[in-house]
Amino acid sequence: MTATFSSAELMIVNSARMLRDGDVVFVGVGQPNLACNLAKRTHAPNLTMIYEAGVIGAEPARLPLSIGDPTLASGALSICSMYDIFANYLQRGNVDVGFLGGAQIDRFGNINATIIGNDYENPKVRLPGSGGAELIAAWANRCYIMTPHQKRRFPEKVDFMTSAGFLHGRAEREASGVRGGGPLAIVTDIGILNPDENGELTLTALHPGRNAEEAIENTGWELKIASKLKSTTPPNNEELRILYEELDPDGLYLKRK
Amino acid sequence: MSKLISLSNAISKYVQDGDSLYAAGFTHLIPFAAGHEIIRQNKRDLILARATPDLIYDQMVAAGCAKKVIFSYMGNPGVGSLRIVRGALERGEIEWEEYSHFGMISRLQAGAAGLPFMHMMPTAATSLEEANPRIKRVIDPYSGKELIAVPALNPDVAIIHVQRADLNGNAHLWGIIGEQKEAAFAAKKVILTAEEIVDEEIIRSDPNRTLIPGFIVDAVCHVPHACHPSYAQGYYDRDNTFYMAWDKVSKTQESVQAWLDEWVYGTKNHEEYWQKLGAKTHKKLEVEEMLSAPINYGKY
Repeated sequence: MTATFSSAELMIVNSARMLRDGDVVFVGVGQPNLACNLAKRTHAPNLTMIYEAGVIGAEPARLPLSIGDPTLASGALSICSMYDIFANYLQRGNVDVGFLGGAQIDRFGNINATIIGNDYENPKVRLPGSGGAELIAAWANRCYIMTPHQKRRFPEKVDFMTSAGFLHGRAEREASGVRGGGPLAIVTDIGILNPDENGELTLTALHPGRNAEEAIENTGWELKIASKLKSTTPPNNEELRILYEELDPDGLYLKRK
Repeated sequence: MSKLISLSNAISKYVQDGDSLYAAGFTHLIPFAAGHEIIRQNKRDLILARATPDLIYDQMVAAGCAKKVIFSYMGNPGVGSLRIVRGALERGEIEWEEYSHFGMISRLQAGAAGLPFMHMMPTAATSLEEANPRIKRVIDPYSGKELIAVPALNPDVAIIHVQRADLNGNAHLWGIIGEQKEAAFAAKKVILTAEEIVDEEIIRSDPNRTLIPGFIVDAVCHVPHACHPSYAQGYYDRDNTFYMAWDKVSKTQESVQAWLDEWVYGTKNHEEYWQKLGAKTHKKLEVEEMLSAPINYGKY
Protein backbone atom coordinates (compact mmCIF):
# COMPACT_ATOMS: atom_id res chain seq x y z
CA MET A 1 0.00 0.00 0.00
CA THR A 2 1.18 3.55 -0.60
CA ALA A 3 1.82 6.00 2.22
CA THR A 4 -0.94 8.55 2.35
CA PHE A 5 -0.57 9.66 5.94
CA SER A 6 1.12 12.84 7.07
CA SER A 7 4.14 12.74 9.37
CA ALA A 8 2.09 14.27 12.18
CA GLU A 9 -0.67 11.66 11.83
CA LEU A 10 1.80 8.76 11.91
CA MET A 11 3.70 10.08 14.92
CA ILE A 12 0.64 11.05 16.94
CA VAL A 13 -1.39 7.90 16.30
CA ASN A 14 1.51 5.52 16.92
CA SER A 15 2.49 7.35 20.11
CA ALA A 16 -1.09 7.30 21.37
CA ARG A 17 -1.16 3.52 20.99
CA MET A 18 1.81 3.16 23.34
CA LEU A 19 -0.17 4.59 26.24
CA ARG A 20 -1.90 2.07 28.50
CA ASP A 21 -5.25 2.52 30.16
CA GLY A 22 -4.64 3.77 33.69
CA ASP A 23 -1.31 5.43 32.90
CA VAL A 24 -0.42 8.69 34.61
CA VAL A 25 1.15 10.71 31.82
CA PHE A 26 3.16 13.95 31.92
CA VAL A 27 1.82 15.74 28.85
CA GLY A 28 3.68 18.24 26.68
CA VAL A 29 2.06 20.73 24.33
CA GLY A 30 1.55 20.18 20.64
CA GLN A 31 1.77 16.66 19.28
CA PRO A 32 2.16 14.85 22.63
CA ASN A 33 -0.96 16.60 23.84
CA LEU A 34 -2.85 15.34 20.79
CA ALA A 35 -1.49 11.81 21.30
CA CYS A 36 -2.59 11.70 24.95
CA ASN A 37 -6.04 13.09 24.25
CA LEU A 38 -6.44 10.64 21.37
CA ALA A 39 -5.50 7.70 23.60
CA LYS A 40 -7.95 8.89 26.26
CA ARG A 41 -10.76 9.00 23.70
CA THR A 42 -9.96 5.55 22.29
CA HIS A 43 -8.31 2.72 24.23
CA ALA A 44 -7.24 4.52 27.42
CA PRO A 45 -10.23 6.30 28.97
CA ASN A 46 -8.63 6.09 32.41
CA LEU A 47 -5.52 8.01 31.42
CA THR A 48 -4.60 10.69 33.98
CA MET A 49 -3.05 13.69 32.26
CA ILE A 50 -0.59 15.79 34.26
CA TYR A 51 0.83 19.08 33.02
CA GLU A 52 4.07 20.60 34.31
CA ALA A 53 2.22 23.80 35.20
CA GLY A 54 0.88 21.79 38.15
CA VAL A 55 -2.40 20.45 36.78
CA ILE A 56 -3.40 16.87 37.59
CA GLY A 57 -6.21 15.06 35.81
CA ALA A 58 -6.91 17.76 33.24
CA GLU A 59 -9.94 17.36 30.99
CA PRO A 60 -9.25 20.10 28.43
CA ALA A 61 -12.42 21.23 26.66
CA ARG A 62 -10.37 22.81 23.88
CA LEU A 63 -6.90 22.27 22.47
CA PRO A 64 -4.48 24.22 24.68
CA LEU A 65 -1.91 26.29 22.77
CA SER A 66 0.33 26.55 25.81
CA ILE A 67 1.13 24.18 28.63
CA GLY A 68 -0.54 26.58 31.07
CA ASP A 69 -3.83 27.20 29.29
CA PRO A 70 -6.85 28.00 31.50
CA THR A 71 -8.81 25.12 29.97
CA LEU A 72 -6.45 22.75 31.78
CA ALA A 73 -7.36 24.19 35.18
CA SER A 74 -11.15 24.27 34.83
CA GLY A 75 -12.50 20.86 35.80
CA ALA A 76 -9.11 19.34 36.70
CA LEU A 77 -8.79 16.84 39.56
CA SER A 78 -6.16 18.89 41.36
CA ILE A 79 -3.81 21.82 40.91
CA CYS A 80 -0.56 22.16 42.81
CA SER A 81 2.54 24.37 42.75
CA MET A 82 5.35 23.73 40.29
CA TYR A 83 7.57 22.63 43.16
CA ASP A 84 5.01 19.99 44.13
CA ILE A 85 4.47 18.71 40.59
CA PHE A 86 8.19 18.11 40.10
CA ALA A 87 8.85 16.84 43.65
CA ASN A 88 5.78 14.87 44.75
CA TYR A 89 4.64 13.68 41.36
CA LEU A 90 7.71 13.31 39.15
CA GLN A 91 10.71 12.90 41.48
CA ARG A 92 8.74 10.67 43.86
CA GLY A 93 7.90 8.27 41.02
CA ASN A 94 4.21 8.89 40.51
CA VAL A 95 4.46 9.44 36.75
CA ASP A 96 4.23 6.46 34.40
CA VAL A 97 4.89 8.13 31.07
CA GLY A 98 6.63 11.24 29.80
CA PHE A 99 6.82 12.58 26.28
CA LEU A 100 9.98 14.25 25.03
CA GLY A 101 11.22 15.97 21.93
CA GLY A 102 14.31 17.92 21.01
CA ALA A 103 16.51 19.35 18.31
CA GLN A 104 18.89 16.38 18.52
CA ILE A 105 18.47 12.77 19.65
CA ASP A 106 21.55 10.57 19.58
CA ARG A 107 22.38 6.90 19.22
CA PHE A 108 21.58 6.20 22.89
CA GLY A 109 18.46 8.33 23.09
CA ASN A 110 20.11 11.31 24.79
CA ILE A 111 18.38 14.57 23.92
CA ASN A 112 19.59 18.09 23.21
CA ALA A 113 17.17 21.00 23.54
CA THR A 114 19.70 23.63 24.65
CA ILE A 115 22.29 24.70 22.06
CA ILE A 116 23.55 23.77 18.60
CA GLY A 117 27.35 23.76 18.54
CA ASN A 118 29.81 22.85 21.25
CA ASP A 119 30.37 26.23 22.90
CA TYR A 120 27.75 26.85 25.58
CA GLU A 121 28.99 30.38 26.23
CA ASN A 122 28.84 31.33 22.54
CA PRO A 123 26.02 29.26 21.09
CA LYS A 124 25.62 29.12 17.32
CA VAL A 125 21.92 28.52 17.85
CA ARG A 126 20.31 29.00 21.23
CA LEU A 127 17.31 26.70 21.86
CA PRO A 128 14.75 27.08 24.69
CA GLY A 129 16.52 24.71 27.12
CA SER A 130 15.30 22.03 29.49
CA GLY A 131 12.05 23.24 30.98
CA GLY A 132 10.80 20.03 32.54
CA ALA A 133 12.49 17.70 30.05
CA GLU A 134 15.64 16.87 32.07
CA LEU A 135 13.45 15.73 34.97
CA ILE A 136 10.90 13.80 32.89
CA ALA A 137 13.70 11.91 31.10
CA ALA A 138 15.20 10.92 34.44
CA TRP A 139 12.18 10.13 36.57
CA ALA A 140 9.17 9.05 34.47
CA ASN A 141 8.89 5.26 34.36
CA ARG A 142 8.67 5.21 30.55
CA CYS A 143 9.55 7.92 28.04
CA TYR A 144 8.50 8.26 24.44
CA ILE A 145 10.04 10.62 21.94
CA MET A 146 8.27 12.00 18.87
CA THR A 147 10.41 13.54 16.15
CA PRO A 148 10.62 13.80 12.38
CA HIS A 149 13.31 11.43 11.05
CA GLN A 150 16.05 13.74 9.76
CA LYS A 151 19.81 13.33 9.74
CA ARG A 152 20.46 16.64 11.53
CA ARG A 153 18.09 15.55 14.29
CA PHE A 154 19.80 12.17 14.71
CA PRO A 155 23.52 12.82 15.25
CA GLU A 156 25.82 10.12 16.59
CA LYS A 157 26.28 12.25 19.72
CA VAL A 158 24.28 15.26 20.96
CA ASP A 159 26.06 18.64 21.18
CA PHE A 160 24.62 19.12 24.69
CA MET A 161 22.90 16.54 26.87
CA THR A 162 19.80 18.34 28.12
CA SER A 163 18.05 15.07 29.01
CA ALA A 164 19.53 11.66 29.61
CA GLY A 165 18.72 8.66 27.49
CA PHE A 166 21.03 5.69 28.02
CA LEU A 167 24.16 7.92 28.21
CA HIS A 168 26.86 5.80 26.49
CA GLY A 169 24.97 2.56 27.01
CA ARG A 170 22.24 1.03 29.16
CA ALA A 171 24.63 -0.08 31.91
CA GLU A 172 25.75 3.50 32.43
CA ARG A 173 22.20 4.72 32.95
CA GLU A 174 21.52 1.89 35.36
CA ALA A 175 24.70 2.68 37.30
CA SER A 176 23.69 6.34 37.56
CA GLY A 177 20.81 5.35 39.81
CA VAL A 178 18.12 7.47 38.14
CA ARG A 179 14.75 5.91 38.82
CA GLY A 180 13.09 6.13 35.36
CA GLY A 181 13.37 3.51 32.64
CA GLY A 182 14.59 5.91 29.95
CA PRO A 183 13.35 6.24 26.37
CA LEU A 184 11.38 3.14 25.38
CA ALA A 185 10.47 4.22 21.85
CA ILE A 186 11.23 6.96 19.37
CA VAL A 187 8.34 7.45 16.99
CA THR A 188 9.39 9.12 13.75
CA ASP A 189 7.62 9.73 10.45
CA ILE A 190 9.48 6.75 8.96
CA GLY A 191 9.02 4.17 11.69
CA ILE A 192 9.78 3.28 15.28
CA LEU A 193 13.14 2.96 17.00
CA ASN A 194 13.54 0.99 20.23
CA PRO A 195 16.63 0.68 22.41
CA ASP A 196 18.39 -2.69 22.15
CA GLU A 197 19.86 -4.53 25.14
CA ASN A 198 22.74 -2.01 25.20
CA GLY A 199 20.39 0.98 24.90
CA GLU A 200 21.29 1.67 21.26
CA LEU A 201 18.37 2.93 19.19
CA THR A 202 17.43 0.31 16.62
CA LEU A 203 14.86 0.42 13.84
CA THR A 204 12.15 -2.10 14.74
CA ALA A 205 9.14 -1.03 12.70
CA LEU A 206 8.29 0.89 9.54
CA HIS A 207 5.18 2.85 8.71
CA PRO A 208 3.23 1.73 5.63
CA GLY A 209 5.06 2.59 2.43
CA ARG A 210 8.37 3.49 4.10
CA ASN A 211 11.58 1.47 3.87
CA ALA A 212 14.68 0.80 5.94
CA GLU A 213 16.99 2.57 3.47
CA GLU A 214 15.17 5.84 4.10
CA ALA A 215 15.68 5.41 7.84
CA ILE A 216 19.37 4.60 7.37
CA GLU A 217 19.91 7.62 5.10
CA ASN A 218 18.23 9.93 7.58
CA THR A 219 20.18 8.77 10.62
CA GLY A 220 23.56 10.20 11.59
CA TRP A 221 25.06 6.93 12.80
CA GLU A 222 25.14 3.43 11.36
CA LEU A 223 21.57 2.52 12.20
CA LYS A 224 20.93 -1.04 13.37
CA ILE A 225 17.92 -2.75 11.83
CA ALA A 226 16.00 -5.37 13.79
CA SER A 227 16.09 -8.82 12.22
CA LYS A 228 12.29 -9.00 12.22
CA LEU A 229 11.18 -5.58 11.00
CA LYS A 230 7.54 -4.96 11.83
CA SER A 231 5.03 -2.82 10.01
CA THR A 232 2.88 -0.34 11.94
CA THR A 233 -0.87 -0.52 11.57
CA PRO A 234 -2.03 2.51 9.58
CA PRO A 235 -4.05 5.17 11.41
CA ASN A 236 -7.71 4.22 11.17
CA ASN A 237 -10.64 6.42 10.25
CA GLU A 238 -11.86 6.80 13.81
CA GLU A 239 -8.43 7.92 15.05
CA LEU A 240 -8.20 10.46 12.24
CA ARG A 241 -11.75 11.68 12.83
CA ILE A 242 -11.05 12.32 16.51
CA LEU A 243 -7.83 14.14 15.67
CA TYR A 244 -9.31 16.42 13.02
CA GLU A 245 -12.86 16.90 14.24
CA GLU A 246 -12.60 16.75 18.03
CA LEU A 247 -9.03 17.60 19.02
CA ASP A 248 -7.68 20.07 16.47
CA PRO A 249 -10.69 21.45 14.59
CA ASP A 250 -8.90 24.76 13.92
CA GLY A 251 -5.84 23.10 12.40
CA LEU A 252 -3.35 24.49 14.93
CA TYR A 253 -1.12 21.43 14.75
CA LEU A 254 -2.59 19.32 11.96
CA LYS A 255 -2.54 20.77 8.47
CA ARG A 256 -5.65 20.08 6.42
CA LYS A 257 -5.13 17.94 3.34
CA MET B 1 -2.76 49.58 57.53
CA SER B 2 -3.57 49.99 53.86
CA LYS B 3 -0.73 49.32 51.42
CA LEU B 4 -2.77 50.39 48.42
CA ILE B 5 -0.77 52.61 46.06
CA SER B 6 -0.68 53.16 42.32
CA LEU B 7 1.39 50.74 40.25
CA SER B 8 3.49 53.63 39.03
CA ASN B 9 4.34 54.64 42.61
CA ALA B 10 5.02 51.04 43.60
CA ILE B 11 7.50 50.51 40.77
CA SER B 12 9.25 53.80 41.39
CA LYS B 13 9.47 53.17 45.14
CA TYR B 14 10.39 49.47 45.21
CA VAL B 15 12.26 48.69 41.96
CA GLN B 16 15.76 50.18 41.72
CA ASP B 17 18.24 49.99 38.85
CA GLY B 18 20.38 46.87 39.27
CA ASP B 19 17.79 44.98 41.32
CA SER B 20 17.07 41.30 40.86
CA LEU B 21 13.44 40.75 40.03
CA TYR B 22 11.09 37.77 39.90
CA ALA B 23 7.85 38.51 38.04
CA ALA B 24 5.96 35.35 38.93
CA GLY B 25 3.43 33.18 37.15
CA PHE B 26 3.77 30.04 35.05
CA THR B 27 1.84 31.07 31.92
CA HIS B 28 -0.98 32.19 34.24
CA LEU B 29 -1.23 35.55 36.10
CA ILE B 30 1.92 36.98 34.53
CA PRO B 31 2.15 40.61 35.73
CA PHE B 32 2.53 42.31 32.35
CA ALA B 33 1.20 45.66 33.63
CA ALA B 34 4.11 45.89 36.08
CA GLY B 35 6.58 44.89 33.37
CA HIS B 36 5.28 47.66 31.14
CA GLU B 37 5.51 50.18 33.97
CA ILE B 38 9.15 49.17 34.56
CA ILE B 39 9.78 49.84 30.86
CA ARG B 40 8.03 53.23 31.06
CA GLN B 41 10.14 54.19 34.05
CA ASN B 42 13.28 53.26 32.13
CA LYS B 43 14.70 50.96 34.83
CA ARG B 44 18.15 49.63 33.94
CA ASP B 45 20.57 46.75 34.70
CA LEU B 46 17.90 44.50 36.17
CA ILE B 47 18.53 40.81 36.78
CA LEU B 48 15.36 39.19 35.48
CA ALA B 49 14.57 35.76 36.90
CA ARG B 50 11.62 33.63 35.75
CA ALA B 51 11.26 29.93 34.96
CA THR B 52 9.82 30.98 31.60
CA PRO B 53 10.91 34.50 30.61
CA ASP B 54 7.79 34.62 28.41
CA LEU B 55 6.90 37.77 26.46
CA ILE B 56 7.10 39.94 29.59
CA TYR B 57 10.91 39.57 29.74
CA ASP B 58 11.20 39.58 25.94
CA GLN B 59 9.65 43.04 26.06
CA MET B 60 11.77 44.21 29.00
CA VAL B 61 14.97 42.95 27.36
CA ALA B 62 13.93 44.66 24.10
CA ALA B 63 13.46 47.91 26.05
CA GLY B 64 16.98 47.63 27.48
CA CYS B 65 15.97 47.03 31.12
CA ALA B 66 18.03 43.87 31.68
CA LYS B 67 21.67 43.06 32.24
CA LYS B 68 21.01 39.38 32.95
CA VAL B 69 18.27 36.74 32.68
CA ILE B 70 17.91 33.63 34.84
CA PHE B 71 15.60 31.00 33.37
CA SER B 72 14.73 27.36 32.82
CA TYR B 73 12.73 27.46 29.56
CA MET B 74 13.30 30.29 27.13
CA GLY B 75 10.56 29.92 24.55
CA ASN B 76 7.34 31.58 23.45
CA PRO B 77 5.00 29.00 25.05
CA GLY B 78 3.13 27.05 22.41
CA VAL B 79 4.54 29.19 19.60
CA GLY B 80 8.31 28.69 19.38
CA SER B 81 11.34 30.87 19.88
CA LEU B 82 11.54 33.78 22.30
CA ARG B 83 13.31 35.91 19.74
CA ILE B 84 14.54 38.94 21.68
CA VAL B 85 16.06 37.10 24.65
CA ARG B 86 17.41 34.42 22.35
CA GLY B 87 19.06 36.99 20.07
CA ALA B 88 20.56 38.82 23.06
CA LEU B 89 22.05 35.53 24.31
CA GLU B 90 23.35 34.47 20.90
CA ARG B 91 25.01 37.87 20.40
CA GLY B 92 26.36 37.87 23.94
CA GLU B 93 24.59 41.13 24.79
CA ILE B 94 23.30 40.02 28.18
CA GLU B 95 24.42 37.56 30.80
CA TRP B 96 22.38 34.47 31.59
CA GLU B 97 22.09 31.68 34.11
CA GLU B 98 20.18 28.52 33.32
CA TYR B 99 18.52 25.67 35.24
CA SER B 100 15.91 22.98 34.66
CA HIS B 101 12.40 23.92 35.80
CA PHE B 102 12.85 21.94 38.99
CA GLY B 103 16.25 23.51 39.59
CA MET B 104 14.81 26.99 39.13
CA ILE B 105 11.79 26.37 41.34
CA SER B 106 13.94 24.65 43.96
CA ARG B 107 16.07 27.81 44.12
CA LEU B 108 12.93 29.79 45.00
CA GLN B 109 11.79 27.12 47.44
CA ALA B 110 15.14 27.38 49.25
CA GLY B 111 14.87 31.15 49.25
CA ALA B 112 11.33 30.99 50.57
CA ALA B 113 12.25 28.58 53.35
CA GLY B 114 15.30 30.51 54.52
CA LEU B 115 17.67 27.74 53.45
CA PRO B 116 21.01 28.34 51.69
CA PHE B 117 20.32 25.74 49.00
CA MET B 118 17.89 23.03 47.96
CA HIS B 119 18.84 19.56 46.90
CA MET B 120 17.28 17.25 44.36
CA MET B 121 17.86 13.80 42.92
CA PRO B 122 20.45 13.55 40.11
CA THR B 123 19.12 13.25 36.55
CA ALA B 124 22.17 11.70 34.84
CA ALA B 125 22.17 14.58 32.32
CA THR B 126 25.30 16.50 33.28
CA SER B 127 25.81 19.08 30.52
CA LEU B 128 24.00 21.91 32.31
CA GLU B 129 25.80 21.10 35.56
CA GLU B 130 29.09 21.40 33.66
CA ALA B 131 27.99 24.67 32.04
CA ASN B 132 26.61 26.30 35.20
CA PRO B 133 29.07 26.21 38.14
CA ARG B 134 26.31 27.18 40.58
CA ILE B 135 24.78 23.71 40.17
CA LYS B 136 26.74 21.56 42.59
CA ARG B 137 26.82 18.13 44.24
CA VAL B 138 26.29 17.44 47.93
CA ILE B 139 26.49 14.19 49.83
CA ASP B 140 23.39 12.79 51.49
CA PRO B 141 24.68 12.32 55.08
CA TYR B 142 22.44 9.28 55.55
CA SER B 143 23.14 7.19 52.44
CA GLY B 144 26.43 8.74 51.35
CA LYS B 145 25.02 9.16 47.84
CA GLU B 146 25.35 12.31 45.75
CA LEU B 147 22.53 14.81 45.32
CA ILE B 148 22.27 17.90 43.13
CA ALA B 149 22.24 21.26 44.92
CA VAL B 150 21.08 24.63 43.67
CA PRO B 151 21.57 27.91 45.56
CA ALA B 152 18.70 29.84 47.15
CA LEU B 153 17.21 32.60 45.03
CA ASN B 154 16.20 35.64 47.07
CA PRO B 155 15.19 38.30 44.56
CA ASP B 156 15.25 41.94 45.64
CA VAL B 157 11.68 42.27 44.38
CA ALA B 158 8.91 39.82 43.52
CA ILE B 159 5.95 41.00 41.52
CA ILE B 160 2.88 38.83 41.93
CA HIS B 161 -0.50 39.23 40.31
CA VAL B 162 -3.52 37.75 42.10
CA GLN B 163 -7.24 37.52 41.48
CA ARG B 164 -8.15 39.28 44.72
CA ALA B 165 -6.46 40.86 47.70
CA ASP B 166 -7.44 43.03 50.63
CA LEU B 167 -5.83 46.38 51.40
CA ASN B 168 -3.13 44.71 53.50
CA GLY B 169 -2.11 42.34 50.72
CA ASN B 170 -3.69 39.12 51.97
CA ALA B 171 -4.19 37.45 48.61
CA HIS B 172 -6.36 34.77 47.03
CA LEU B 173 -5.07 32.95 43.96
CA TRP B 174 -6.56 30.03 42.10
CA GLY B 175 -6.05 28.17 38.85
CA ILE B 176 -2.43 27.42 37.97
CA ILE B 177 -0.45 28.55 41.01
CA GLY B 178 3.04 27.92 39.59
CA GLU B 179 5.54 29.63 41.89
CA GLN B 180 3.83 32.75 43.24
CA LYS B 181 3.90 31.68 46.88
CA GLU B 182 7.56 30.66 46.73
CA ALA B 183 8.54 33.88 44.92
CA ALA B 184 6.70 36.03 47.46
CA PHE B 185 8.33 34.37 50.48
CA ALA B 186 11.77 34.32 48.81
CA ALA B 187 11.83 38.00 47.85
CA LYS B 188 13.01 40.91 49.99
CA LYS B 189 10.16 43.14 48.73
CA VAL B 190 6.78 42.09 47.33
CA ILE B 191 4.64 44.14 44.96
CA LEU B 192 1.17 42.73 44.59
CA THR B 193 -1.14 43.64 41.72
CA ALA B 194 -4.75 42.46 41.92
CA GLU B 195 -7.77 42.13 39.68
CA GLU B 196 -9.98 43.08 42.62
CA ILE B 197 -9.47 44.69 45.99
CA VAL B 198 -11.86 43.06 48.45
CA ASP B 199 -12.76 43.36 52.11
CA GLU B 200 -10.70 41.35 54.59
CA GLU B 201 -13.94 39.51 55.34
CA ILE B 202 -13.91 37.97 51.84
CA ILE B 203 -10.33 36.76 52.37
CA ARG B 204 -11.27 35.33 55.79
CA SER B 205 -14.23 33.48 54.23
CA ASP B 206 -11.80 31.12 52.45
CA PRO B 207 -8.43 31.06 54.23
CA ASN B 208 -7.16 27.96 52.39
CA ARG B 209 -7.08 30.06 49.24
CA THR B 210 -4.82 32.72 50.81
CA LEU B 211 -1.43 31.73 49.43
CA ILE B 212 0.21 35.02 50.34
CA PRO B 213 -0.24 36.66 53.76
CA GLY B 214 -0.36 40.46 53.82
CA PHE B 215 2.51 40.89 56.26
CA ILE B 216 5.10 39.87 53.64
CA VAL B 217 3.62 42.29 51.08
CA ASP B 218 4.96 45.83 50.63
CA ALA B 219 2.61 47.32 48.05
CA VAL B 220 -0.89 46.50 46.85
CA CYS B 221 -1.95 47.87 43.47
CA HIS B 222 -5.39 47.60 41.95
CA VAL B 223 -4.75 46.72 38.29
CA PRO B 224 -7.60 44.96 36.49
CA HIS B 225 -6.62 43.00 33.35
CA ALA B 226 -2.98 43.34 34.41
CA CYS B 227 -1.97 40.04 32.79
CA HIS B 228 -2.81 40.61 29.13
CA PRO B 229 -1.72 38.75 26.97
CA SER B 230 -1.45 36.21 29.81
CA TYR B 231 -4.67 35.57 31.72
CA ALA B 232 -6.39 35.51 35.09
CA GLN B 233 -8.39 32.32 35.66
CA GLY B 234 -12.09 33.09 35.73
CA TYR B 235 -11.55 36.76 34.76
CA TYR B 236 -10.29 36.70 31.16
CA ASP B 237 -8.74 34.30 28.68
CA ARG B 238 -5.18 34.01 27.43
CA ASP B 239 -4.74 36.05 24.24
CA ASN B 240 -3.17 33.31 22.13
CA THR B 241 -3.49 35.48 19.02
CA PHE B 242 -1.18 38.00 20.67
CA TYR B 243 1.39 35.31 21.53
CA MET B 244 1.36 34.17 17.90
CA ALA B 245 1.52 37.74 16.57
CA TRP B 246 4.50 38.49 18.86
CA ASP B 247 6.47 35.92 16.88
CA LYS B 248 6.31 38.34 13.94
CA VAL B 249 6.58 41.59 15.92
CA SER B 250 9.76 40.35 17.59
CA LYS B 251 11.49 39.46 14.31
CA THR B 252 13.17 42.85 13.93
CA GLN B 253 14.44 45.51 16.32
CA GLU B 254 12.43 48.11 14.39
CA SER B 255 9.08 46.35 14.71
CA VAL B 256 9.64 45.68 18.43
CA GLN B 257 10.57 49.30 19.00
CA ALA B 258 7.46 50.41 17.11
CA TRP B 259 5.34 48.08 19.26
CA LEU B 260 6.88 49.41 22.49
CA ASP B 261 6.41 53.01 21.27
CA GLU B 262 2.77 52.44 20.52
CA TRP B 263 1.68 50.14 23.32
CA VAL B 264 3.98 50.88 26.28
CA TYR B 265 5.62 54.31 25.95
CA GLY B 266 2.50 55.52 24.11
CA THR B 267 0.10 54.60 26.92
CA LYS B 268 0.28 56.32 30.28
CA ASN B 269 -0.84 53.33 32.31
CA HIS B 270 -2.37 49.88 32.07
CA GLU B 271 -5.93 51.15 31.95
CA GLU B 272 -5.07 53.06 28.78
CA TYR B 273 -3.29 49.99 27.33
CA TRP B 274 -6.36 47.83 28.03
CA GLN B 275 -8.77 50.35 26.50
CA LYS B 276 -6.53 50.64 23.45
CA LEU B 277 -6.92 46.88 22.85
CA GLY B 278 -10.54 47.64 22.01
CA ALA B 279 -13.97 46.16 22.49
CA LYS B 280 -13.43 43.33 20.03
CA THR B 281 -10.43 41.98 21.95
CA HIS B 282 -12.19 42.49 25.29
CA LYS B 283 -15.12 40.46 23.97
CA LYS B 284 -12.85 37.70 22.64
CA LEU B 285 -11.16 37.35 26.04
CA GLU B 286 -14.37 37.18 28.05
CA VAL B 287 -14.91 33.93 29.92
CA GLU B 288 -18.10 32.15 30.86
CA GLU B 289 -18.74 31.57 34.56
CA MET B 290 -17.99 28.15 36.11
CA LEU B 291 -18.32 28.31 39.91
CA SER B 292 -16.89 25.84 42.40
CA ALA B 293 -19.24 24.19 44.87
CA PRO B 294 -19.23 26.11 48.18
CA ILE B 295 -17.55 24.46 51.16
CA ASN B 296 -18.48 24.70 54.81
CA TYR B 297 -15.75 25.87 57.22
CA GLY B 298 -18.21 25.59 60.11
CA LYS B 299 -18.91 28.15 62.82
CA TYR B 300 -16.97 27.36 66.02
